[in-house]
Amino acid sequence: MAGTGKAHLRNSPDVLLSVNDLVVEFPVARTGLKVNAVSGISFDVIKGETLGIVGESGCGKSTTGRAIMQLPAPTSGSIDFNGQELTTLSKDDMRDARTKIQMIFQDPISSLNPRRKVRDIVLEPLLVWKRGTQEERDILVNKILEDVGIDPQRAAESYPHQFSGGQCQRISIARSLVLDPQMIICDEPVSALDVSVQAQVINLLEDLKAKYGLTLIFIAHDLAVVKSISDRVLVMYLGKMCELASSDDLYARPRHPYTNILVDSIPEPDPEVIYAPTAVMGEPPSPINPPAGCRFNPRCPNVQDRCRVEEPEMREIAPAHFVACHNPLTY
Amino acid sequence: MNDSESSSPTPLLEVSDLKTYFRTERGTVKAVDGVSFSLQRGQSLGIVGESGSGKTVLSRSIMGLLGRNNLIREGSIKFNGQELMGLSVKEMRSIWGQEMSMIFQDPMTSLNPVMKIGRQIAEPLMLHLGMNKSEARLTAEKLLTDVRIPEPQRRLNQYPHELSGGMRQRVMIAIALACGPTLLFADEPTTALDVTVQAEILHLINEQRVDRNMSLILVTHNIGVVAGNTDVIAVMYGGKIVEKAPTKTLFSSYKMPYTEALMRSIPKLRQASHTRLATIPGRPPDMVNPPLGCNFAPRCAYARPKCLVEEPELTVTENPEHVYACFYPVGSPEYHERKLELSQRVDSLSTGGQN
Repeated sequence: MAGTGKAHLRNSPDVLLSVNDLVVEFPVARTGLKVNAVSGISFDVIKGETLGIVGESGCGKSTTGRAIMQLPAPTSGSIDFNGQELTTLSKDDMRDARTKIQMIFQDPISSLNPRRKVRDIVLEPLLVWKRGTQEERDILVNKILEDVGIDPQRAAESYPHQFSGGQCQRISIARSLVLDPQMIICDEPVSALDVSVQAQVINLLEDLKAKYGLTLIFIAHDLAVVKSISDRVLVMYLGKMCELASSDDLYARPRHPYTNILVDSIPEPDPEVIYAPTAVMGEPPSPINPPAGCRFNPRCPNVQDRCRVEEPEMREIAPAHFVACHNPLTY
Repeated sequence: MNDSESSSPTPLLEVSDLKTYFRTERGTVKAVDGVSFSLQRGQSLGIVGESGSGKTVLSRSIMGLLGRNNLIREGSIKFNGQELMGLSVKEMRSIWGQEMSMIFQDPMTSLNPVMKIGRQIAEPLMLHLGMNKSEARLTAEKLLTDVRIPEPQRRLNQYPHELSGGMRQRVMIAIALACGPTLLFADEPTTALDVTVQAEILHLINEQRVDRNMSLILVTHNIGVVAGNTDVIAVMYGGKIVEKAPTKTLFSSYKMPYTEALMRSIPKLRQASHTRLATIPGRPPDMVNPPLGCNFAPRCAYARPKCLVEEPELTVTENPEHVYACFYPVGSPEYHERKLELSQRVDSLSTGGQN
């Protein structure tokens, strides 16, 4: 895995976001070394689609989401959003573009200002951008709060700490919706929530996506959650792409050995399913000094000599199913 | 993994009507409110529940790890026939490590950052088992081998920050196993870890449990984690055990509507993508002022007036190992009646966006 390439990019007029050769590196203080957080990722997202990005910690999935927002700007690569190249925009133009791409984060409580009332938090983007009259703003904020299942009356009187984690995530979602964005990047939005609340938020995102015509990028480490909400899933490993396919196809027939291990590792909530995860050798290597060739080769059960020297490129192994591996699984 | 618990007569651990309350400014928090269960030697029990259900407080209360200030602890905890309730910290010290030990969730903060791994493992060996330094070091090396840490000799001289999260959790397991406990608590042992590492750690814990004939109490919010790793599962809600059954029975014939709702709200890999998830409306009860009747009644789709005023006791099913606390359990006539009503209501609403 750990591959590059662009065979999987689609040439469709409906592509909303197209990311090409994205590289994000962070310098390591005083050493001259760098962390290769994202090393040549390309993908596209079609209008109305939900793209899931999964991978273990340190695979670069969150960095990818943030790089799209230019938070911080990537080291190299291009990000085309609706025909606009985001990486070369001026600060002001980028601020403007960010109203079209919004983000929600993992920890719903710390991403809300604790000293402001909830309704004001949701209202603020409209004030910043001087949208509508006061009356129009009030109507819109109330409508969006109701859409996410928060009582506007209570929101006008209460602070974030008076709401539960799940409700705070709903408030974050409301805030991301008020500027009428085209795309929402969700970075582990349900990881901090209990299962019963997690299901509520996932269902809410599905409903809002239909209602507001949104396109979603859903970043998470929980494969079952990602499968549930995504149309297509991109698997990342150590800053590279492994596999991209429709979610049902990816989970039914994982082609990359890493995807296969990931899917096998999930303990299914069913004692009849025999839990026999494939052993992975060791843990991910450091992104400061990633292995040559395929970045997964030191842990891969199917490793061959070629994998240690030559980096695999993404190729179509089945219709709309792409994998970056020299020796993929066959079905 | 097998259900061989019924033969042995005296349980290793017997908890009866354990209550653990905290006095706070807001009032008394009834974190654990009358929990009873027993555990045989070699058996593994999974305790599942959402945050605030009391699962962590329960395990710490049994081990006596809660501070004494503003704590109210009642009931009985019999370990190997010995009553632990009322023992002083000094007396508990002979039990911690040698009889019971615990693996915590966060391996980053549970290890001492300025002490080498070797010394952290050797310390309990010298204190509890009276080993000398060289014996303790040899044993520590063997323990690291047991938990499959490569190059154990080199690792003994390293500090926690030099190890990855998964390796640190292995060190935590080695420390917990050091003095040969008969009961091991694992409180969310894999929650901070990646899935591939989680699989290895769960496998390791289970393997050591079998090798050492230990009992295990595995506390987690993840039903998937307990499904393949425990003999019996207890579901906690609002400080109480609301259902307890052998693992396979619990999954195949749960009785408590909360268990049902919990199972149905988890996204499963077997389901097609975009399968609508079942949700539980509302949120967990406030444990300062828990509801009058069943704690789950305010959120339960099958609740009836009786549930709001009267608290259900744990009831035994045809299977004596399977108990649940509900007046109208899954499968009862009232349950079916309500289920029919609900499905009709959904039909009449056609396909709205409601939960």
